[in-house]
Amino acid sequence: MSLVKSIRVLGQLAVAAALACTNFSASVQAAPQEFATMPGEAGESGGKLVVALRSEPKTLNPILSVDATSREVIGTMNADLIHINRETQRTEPALAKSWKISPDGKQFVLQLRKGVKFSDGTPFTADDVVFSFNLYLDEALHSPQRDLLIIDDKPIVAKKLNDFAVEFDLAKPYGPGERLFDGLAILPRHLLEKSYREGKLAQAWGITARPEDFSGLGAFKLKSYTPGQQLVLERNPNYWKKDSAGKSLPYLTELTFVFVANEDAQIIKFQSGDTGLLERSNADNFAVLQKDAVAKGECLRDLGPGLEFQFLVFNQNQLDPAKYRDLAAKQAWFRDLKFREAVSLAMDRKGMTRLVYGGKATPIWGNVTPGDRLWLNTSLSHPERSIGEARKLLQSSGYSWTSDGSLLDSQKRPVTFTIMVSSSNAQRSKLAALAQDDLKQLGMDVQVVPTEFRALVDRVLNSKDFEAVLMNLVNGDTDPTPEMNLWLSSGETHLWDLGEKKPATAWEAEVDHLMESQMTTTDPAARKKLYDRVQQLAADNLPLIFLVSPNILVAAQSNVGNFRPAILEPYVLWNADQLFLRRPGAAKCP
Amino acid sequence: MNRTFRPIALLVFLASLHVALLFPGFFAPYDFAAQNRDLPFAPPTKLHFVDPAGGFHLWPFVHPFQDNTDANGVYAEDLTQSYPLRLFVNGDPYKVAGLWTAHIHLFGVQSPGQIFLFGTDDFGRDELSRMFFGGRISLFAGILGATIAISVGAAMGLVAGFFGGWRDAVIMRVSELFLALPWLYLLFAVRALLPLRVKSTDAFLLLVSIVGLVGWARPARLVRGIVLAAKERNFVLAARAMGASNTHVVIYHIWPETYGVLLTTAALLVPQFILAEVTLSFLGLGVGEPIPSWGNLLAPLQRYSVLTSYWWMYLPAVALVFLFLAYHWASTTLQSKTAEVRA
Repeated sequence: MSLVKSIRVLGQLAVAAALACTNFSASVQAAPQEFATMPGEAGESGGKLVVALRSEPKTLNPILSVDATSREVIGTMNADLIHINRETQRTEPALAKSWKISPDGKQFVLQLRKGVKFSDGTPFTADDVVFSFNLYLDEALHSPQRDLLIIDDKPIVAKKLNDFAVEFDLAKPYGPGERLFDGLAILPRHLLEKSYREGKLAQAWGITARPEDFSGLGAFKLKSYTPGQQLVLERNPNYWKKDSAGKSLPYLTELTFVFVANEDAQIIKFQSGDTGLLERSNADNFAVLQKDAVAKGECLRDLGPGLEFQFLVFNQNQLDPAKYRDLAAKQAWFRDLKFREAVSLAMDRKGMTRLVYGGKATPIWGNVTPGDRLWLNTSLSHPERSIGEARKLLQSSGYSWTSDGSLLDSQKRPVTFTIMVSSSNAQRSKLAALAQDDLKQLGMDVQVVPTEFRALVDRVLNSKDFEAVLMNLVNGDTDPTPEMNLWLSSGETHLWDLGEKKPATAWEAEVDHLMESQMTTTDPAARKKLYDRVQQLAADNLPLIFLVSPNILVAAQSNVGNFRPAILEPYVLWNADQLFLRRPGAAKCP
Repeated sequence: MNRTFRPIALLVFLASLHVALLFPGFFAPYDFAAQNRDLPFAPPTKLHFVDPAGGFHLWPFVHPFQDNTDANGVYAEDLTQSYPLRLFVNGDPYKVAGLWTAHIHLFGVQSPGQIFLFGTDDFGRDELSRMFFGGRISLFAGILGATIAISVGAAMGLVAGFFGGWRDAVIMRVSELFLALPWLYLLFAVRALLPLRVKSTDAFLLLVSIVGLVGWARPARLVRGIVLAAKERNFVLAARAMGASNTHVVIYHIWPETYGVLLTTAALLVPQFILAEVTLSFLGLGVGEPIPSWGNLLAPLQRYSVLTSYWWMYLPAVALVFLFLAYHWASTTLQSKTAEVRA
């Protein structure tokens, strides 16, 4: 199927015209240097922008980065072949100016932009592309991107056709199509090949490497790094994008990341004008900002629900009953669908939205958030909260109540369990306290256990020693394929029952099948239908009790131009190459 | 101030406070866990004497808040309705001394009116009620911790001071070790090792006991000093000369010498251990939701938004200041009294 057709079908699926598709015009002319021209307001060059990061990047090596802050910094220093526009949520040409997908969906041919140079001045060619994909696929390097490039157990093969054309061969058609290439940074062969041959690539491009050791195709390049304080990037003069007025991008001469671990401290820094952008705010702090945003000249944006969702999950893992006797007995409740339905019915999602997020969140009953307009199954039912209905369900499953209202199971054991929650997250602790109070109304004696985050993750993923846990997941893309890990019964984050050798239930077997077929189906309408069914099965069987999806709340000083935050990460820096600073007095908040 | 008045006033104040905190259910208008999900962070209810028409009332009354479901955080009084303050009202059930269920509260207003004299927290729970119930946990933690520290410390100090020699050396070296122990990290480690299913109140009691146990070193050194001095005093030597046994000397001559110091130390240690509870709960190691303690009442102040927006969330801290001052005065008074007696 051709790309044009696939985009049109996706367009029909989009709910309403909310997704105003800015048609990206890659002006491909026979020029010595094929620049990409970006739509948007033409800005002024110069200026320095400061942004706070929650933690220091662990590495600047795109092959090895796993944490969000590393990837965010790396994203501004590197470029990919085909990019997902965070605003339109569609793909657009990046280093590849155009591409063709074969009719069977198994072959991609990408035409590269000519005349593009790395930040050190070396020309970019197909050799760099093939070299980069070899790195991502090299098992010895353990790149987190490797899994995405293995389709039907076979790695993608990259072949150079000529200096400016590369062919990719897939074992099976790939549903998300060219979205595959997003985020795969193209690396300079001339700099990294030596260390790769010597087996030292894992040590290359660490956070302490010298600026002259780096070279990238991104908008910025490393200027300096001060441990514990800041990382300064400067403009890449060889960048391959121009604005609508023909001026070279990026506009900013410097982009500085300062390290501010505490969320409240980030707000204070932003309020005092030390930072120009605020990446993400919680609802409480956003309300504090709102009080004097106009007076201070700050642009606050509530982008609505993002791709993050909060949920409660019960431990349904297959455990050694000798080792976990107590827990194994409780799992009889957790595996009882009526029990989970009763819990879901008792949840005051509206109260959670209001009390925890000040109304800046959306109640959810499924795994796709309302932010993901393309894929959301709008026909899912949203059962109203009803303690009465929940009690009826419990009763029909053999539960009863003592005279003081405590719930007993069919064997007359009191229903009591713990909900683990990250102790460092105030919002989630509040959600847990509300859930605890809601479940008390069903007679369940629930204890909330605040746990240090790493200990919590260890209990959920490794020791599996927990009863219930309240946590969140953030989808990296609107497409369902990155969610495979959660839904496949063999998936690494199949949280409620990890490491199933074969699907434990019939519906999980069906989900396995649906997820695998959506990944290898190229017709978007057919994929949507498959994923709609997955959402229906998830809502019917409640492996996770979906609670709320918080809104993405961001802010910028009013002099930051082209501030167009999006609900896909990185929320505010996705168009770092187009951000600019207005002259004093010209400030306006669009 | 009158020389005898001050200690008595102090004693009455501290005693009545402890009694009030022993029966929090009576003094608190609501249950500590009762949520009002429509009233998060509501400011303290105002007591009115003048009605909207300008009429004066001798007995105070309150107005309820207007409907605030759009969560904009701004509360306005609904002047069309008013509820007079009532004494000894029927309300949420509570347990007296953990045995009898009672319904009578010292004060309140007729339902559906509500009274939150100290405002509400993020879940719309009455802060005043939570302070009364929280005080029970915090004071108990203070007294328990201090009792453990002082009894262990006194025993150790007595042995070290009276017998001397290798016992003294061993006990004093161990006490130095305990003084150098970073107890906060010790507690983090202990909490991490506890299984998840331990009830949070049990875990908390365990932690307080550990704080108490770790705190024996200072009282032990104080008692040892007193015992060392007392041992050489003439009346002890005289008793010994008359053939008194070790036990007799310790019980009748040396032990009474330590009373003053122990009482003073206790008056200092109780607030110290209350503060330890506050620190533990502030860091999330204390009792868990929804049970209040003064520490976890203060914990929301860690958040910038609370710190800048809701002044009534500071009230537990203000209450703590008064309590600590009372204990501190008690301690200085005791000190001067014992000095007078000795002189």
